[in-house]
Amino acid sequence: MSTSDTAAPLCGIVMEEQVDISIDDLCAVCRVERTQIVHLVEEGVIEPLPALGSAAQRTQWRFSGETLNRARRAVRLQRDLELNAAATALVLDLLDQIDALRRSTQA
Amino acid sequence: MDYKDYYKVMGVERSATQDDIKRAYRKLARKYHPDVSKEAGAEAKFKELGEAYEVLKDPEKRAAYDQLGSNWRAGQDFQPPPGWGAGFERRGGTPDNEADFSDFFETLFARSGSARRSASGAGAAGVHLRGQDHHAQVLIDLEDAYRGATRTLTLRMPEVDAQGHVVMRERTLQVQIPKGVRAGQHIRLAGQGAPGLGEGGAGDLYLEIAFNPHSLYRVEGRDVFVDLPLAPWEAALGAEVQAPTPDGLVELKIPPTTAPGRRLRLKGRGIPGATPGDLYVVTQIVLPPADTDAARAAYQRLQGEFSKFNPRAHLKQGAKA
Repeated sequence: MSTSDTAAPLCGIVMEEQVDISIDDLCAVCRVERTQIVHLVEEGVIEPLPALGSAAQRTQWRFSGETLNRARRAVRLQRDLELNAAATALVLDLLDQIDALRRSTQA
Repeated sequence: MDYKDYYKVMGVERSATQDDIKRAYRKLARKYHPDVSKEAGAEAKFKELGEAYEVLKDPEKRAAYDQLGSNWRAGQDFQPPPGWGAGFERRGGTPDNEADFSDFFETLFARSGSARRSASGAGAAGVHLRGQDHHAQVLIDLEDAYRGATRTLTLRMPEVDAQGHVVMRERTLQVQIPKGVRAGQHIRLAGQGAPGLGEGGAGDLYLEIAFNPHSLYRVEGRDVFVDLPLAPWEAALGAEVQAPTPDGLVELKIPPTTAPGRRLRLKGRGIPGATPGDLYVVTQIVLPPADTDAARAAYQRLQGEFSKFNPRAHLKQGAKA
């Protein structure tokens, strides 16, 4: 096992620049089961892309790359603070408000 | 290796009940969670807390830890007693962040358990499992996002050695940071995560981008803000001045009667990309000090010329009482 010290720099993909990602991609990156992602969608923490909408089969949901960051924060908060999906939604909304306030006092 | 006082980390007595420990953890976790707290060092505190809770919440691990006795002090040089680990069975899966736990934790709880785990896994015929994905954060400068950069990363990752033991190994990776990347975005490096078992492929490595704090610029998504100090006459009469951008200096026209706090937008000069961000120059007005006779005389002439000027005229209405 020596994958270290590669000669040429590794080039990766910026996930958020991808047009969309599947629910399975999202599960893999967040290391959670599909049901946990479904709960986050039901609480409005994250939203599938409207093209297919929540009426579509859950297995066909696609998410914008930008969802990744929010989903990971949500999953971390749920795991570390033992929150349910509704509480996570509230926490993330309040954190967004704090961010906005902080920015407006800075500018 | 340093001894860790897990009771002290959690702020509980050695006699605390499991409920006390859980309560203490919840309270401190809310306070120091890196997604919630902006306090410096919150992340390190949260990690320390997670390690302490990992041990104290589990009656078996707690009992093993308590066996070491209460005479140790945090930070004291520690060697495990001879025969340590014999008969200590580790149950359940590995938490996400265990790779980050201290050497102290690894010595006491991880080594025996993971060796056993790998012995039953890696050697078994017909077992093919995809390796775990790994996550790491990369701090870059704002300038790197404008130009792209190459970063050398050193990551600590668990690996299985020739004897089938799991050891922490340092890996060095050279990674291309693409131009236009923003804070909070993730770069996926396929196949750079943990190696798989059998014919299972390696996991992926995800790098989350964050910016080093910058002395000049503030970043909001794609947009970048910079404060531009002006002399009073530049703001009043208009001027052409140089303004810094992460791409280099630009010539900027300041219109006459520019108020402090005004945002001048330089379209497309924010973080580059398919939809580039904008750069906002926020004006500030700086008064020259009146610390010489000549300077005081200059202000007095100004006072004479503007004898009718009252900056507080609009305050009069509300202040009659």
